[in-house]
Order: sequence, then structure tokens, then C-alpha cells
Amino acid sequence: MQIGKVVGTVVSTQKNTKLVGAKLLLVQPETLDQKPRGIAVLAIDAVGAGVGERVLLVIEGKAAGDALGKKAAAVDAAIIGIVDVVDYLDEP
Amino acid sequence: MQLARVIGDVVASVKDANLTGIKLLLLQPIAASGEASGRTLVALDSVGAGVGEHVFFVRGREAAYPFYPSEPPTDAAVIGIVDQWDLSS
Repeated sequence: MQIGKVVGTVVSTQKNTKLVGAKLLLVQPETLDQKPRGIAVLAIDAVGAGVGERVLLVIEGKAAGDALGKKAAAVDAAIIGIVDVVDYLDEP
Repeated sequence: MQLARVIGDVVASVKDANLTGIKLLLLQPIAASGEASGRTLVALDSVGAGVGEHVFFVRGREAAYPFYPSEPPTDAAVIGIVDQWDLSS
């Protein structure tokens, strides 16, 4: 899993039927010091996250499908938690 | 599977129901030499590992297997604590 920040929402009317009802958020993966890392990904929201929140992002097809509650859905990323605190060693 | 060092933990109150009660660890993957190698990641703990320990972890769908029959949505899980490792020179 990665830690990222929700930077936006996505609305799509015409989409695969498995995605009907799914909330799509744009998540920017971040480093531990909260700097952007890589490009933003589109993820299914399973926990009710909102823009600006730090979240746990899982990039794995079956897990994303589970989070969506549908089998064989064409999804590969999901938000599965909202981060309260990250504790880490200063010198890993 | 890969070697890693546990460098921290993550607290999340709001999360997928299948993650309830599972510890979230922050991992730094390490090379066989022991040096940090690659991006840090968050993984589920299945063995009771703690900060500062060397562990090994698995990526992919198989990361949910240690929690069977529960199926937490994850792509990484710590599945062992390393006592020691040796490199033949």
C-alpha cells in the first residue's frame, strides 16, 4: 500500500456497468515527507474519503474489486483507509 | 518476497471493515547488503513485527492469504521476522 493525498474527484456518466455507483477520486502518491511521487492515480473510494485527506492507497486488482464490493470489476486501485498518523524513524 | 526493515507504523481509524484489528507497518525494502533499496510502502502485519525489526514481506493478491478466511484489501503483508541472514561472498 502507498500513502497519498486526495487531490480531486472524477465524475463519469458513461462507464463500464461494474463501475456504476463507484466513487472515483484522484490520489497523488506521496513520500514520507509528503512530497508528490509519480503521477496521480484514479482510485475507487471505499471509506468515504474527501479532497485534502491523507489516505491508504492499494494498487491491486482483486483488492480494489473487494473494496468496490463487486467481482470481476475492471478496477486496479482503491482507497481503503484514511490516515490519522504516520510514525516513522528519522533515520531509517 | 523481499527483505525489509520496519521503519514506522500507520494509524487509520476510518478503514475498510476487513482491516479492523490488523496492524499497518511502514516498510523500507532493503537489498541483501542491508542497504535501503526502493520506495517505502505500507504493509499489513501478520506476525507481530515492530519498528526497527528486519522482516520479509510478500506483494500482490497473496498478501491477503495470511488473514484467511478474511480477505482484507491489500497488496503487501509482512509474513516473517528475520532472525539473521548471511551472504556467501
